[in-house]
Amino acid sequence: MARTKEELHIAKRKRINSVFHGLFLASTLVGVVALLLLLYQVLSQGLGWLDWDFITHNSSRRPERAGIWTALVGTMWLMVVTAPLTFIIGVATAIYLEEYAKDTKLSRLIQLNISNLAGVPSIVYGILGLTIFVRVLAFGQSILSGALTMTLLILPVIIVSAQEAIKAVPGSLRHASYGLGANRWQTILRVVLPSAIPGILTGSILALSRAIGETAPLIVVGAAAFIIRPPTDLFSSFTALPIQIYTWAGQPQAEFQNIASAGIIVLLLILLGMNSFAIILRNKFQKRR
Amino acid sequence: MKKSKGSSVIGRKGFFSSDRMMPKVLFLFSAISILTTVGIVFVLLSESYKFFQHVPFIEFITGIKWTPLFADPEYGVLPLVTGTLLVTVIASIVALPLGLFSAIYLSEYAPERLRAILKPVLEVLAGIPTIVYGFFALTFVTPMIRSILPETQVFNALSGGIVVGIMIIPMISSLSEDAMSSVPNSLRNAAYALGSTKLEVSMKVVVPAAFSGIVAAFVLGLSRAVGETMIVTLAAGSLPNLTFNPLESVQTLTAYIVSVANGDTTLGSTQYLTMYSVGIVLFVITLVMNIVAGYISRKFREEY
Repeated sequence: MARTKEELHIAKRKRINSVFHGLFLASTLVGVVALLLLLYQVLSQGLGWLDWDFITHNSSRRPERAGIWTALVGTMWLMVVTAPLTFIIGVATAIYLEEYAKDTKLSRLIQLNISNLAGVPSIVYGILGLTIFVRVLAFGQSILSGALTMTLLILPVIIVSAQEAIKAVPGSLRHASYGLGANRWQTILRVVLPSAIPGILTGSILALSRAIGETAPLIVVGAAAFIIRPPTDLFSSFTALPIQIYTWAGQPQAEFQNIASAGIIVLLLILLGMNSFAIILRNKFQKRR
Repeated sequence: MKKSKGSSVIGRKGFFSSDRMMPKVLFLFSAISILTTVGIVFVLLSESYKFFQHVPFIEFITGIKWTPLFADPEYGVLPLVTGTLLVTVIASIVALPLGLFSAIYLSEYAPERLRAILKPVLEVLAGIPTIVYGFFALTFVTPMIRSILPETQVFNALSGGIVVGIMIIPMISSLSEDAMSSVPNSLRNAAYALGSTKLEVSMKVVVPAAFSGIVAAFVLGLSRAVGETMIVTLAAGSLPNLTFNPLESVQTLTAYIVSVANGDTTLGSTQYLTMYSVGIVLFVITLVMNIVAGYISRKFREEY
């Protein structure tokens, strides 16, 4: 009698386990379903509007003539300035923290500061950029102001990923270099960095792909919605892909919703390209090791 | 002195002097991140100070009406705070259980091959720009809610909150999973040896052991929800509204900052300065949450 009771109990526990197994799986699939719905929604609305003319036409107030070219060039300008700046500052900071900084109060403060900066809402960076770059330094609502704001925004991401990449370089490589009489900077330049560079690049590309999709800080810095011509220099006023999408999405007419979708497809394709490149880089790196 | 002499003998003086210069140069670069923080705090404080010369602090922090653009303006920030709170609560109802459950699934249940598919999908979800989520909320989730509950306003907290929740699922899931995967297998094996089911191992051993990491993941995810801008700007509306009805339009702290930036307020006017006073409220809330998350994960971490 007692035995069957035990068996019943075990069967019940197993049943509960499989019910929760299903629940956990279903919860995980919610994310997948959301992604599919989102892609379906965007593709079904925007695919019909996506053609070569849409890519190469400047912006327009008339949806059937509007294109993404102005915004695309704006985004490229932003990246051309942001990418080298963040790369240099980010890698330099990572090298300092990993290779030179002793475990002092100051270096711990820098480290803590970086992780806190990563949690600051992006729109607050927009307020910083508007006040410092647009007004105090008088760069105006320009490419330069937008790009510098983006640089500060993604800097923590690049620093942390570069630190990880540098940390992953085995100590034996460093010791071999020191053993051959190289000093610290020679070791960093000729041994540590070459070995860490694929990881650093992967992290940088991912950080830049985050910057490309950022909207809020650019709105605050003053990327304008209705710019018809693409920017020509660092001090041009500009618009960018996500800003253009935001403006179109806010219009009441259905046609604008459709070109917003088409714009999103272009944005997602760019991100897909960058992420695939980062993954290829990562895989190559892993194989070599 | 001695060192540089020796180096000049082997003809590498340039390198040795660069070895002495480089730490200083690199330190200057890393000072930029400190300067960024100083800049943010300074800008917010100094401009808010100007704002509070026009508006009493008590009125700002306790007032229940936010109408800075009216002829007879009132500056009570509470409607924006409750708007943010409402969206965050809805997001957490969506994201906390789903994020935790999917972390449990990926860490404890999923077969390796399925995991290899699901993880990248969640990473893709995490990489989608928030403007795209906002568009999704506006053109898909809102019409769906309105077809079920027709009294729902076009802009409403529910749609924004749900989509913000979906946006933070990957973050909560992957941080929680990290915490769970650092629980040593010996604990799991001990529980299995006592005859536990997978569910019992997960809920009574792994989750409690990883609890500090999971709570930290929750707090970080919610801090992200508080700071999220584009989804709520597009879907939740721009009407400061002291309500807890999720079907009504609300304005969050972030959405208000966007509306000032988009509007044409005069530089230096009290209306313009509201951007900074609202900004500092947002900054303080998210900073406190991030510090709390860091504290929890450090202080209550179980060492194995």
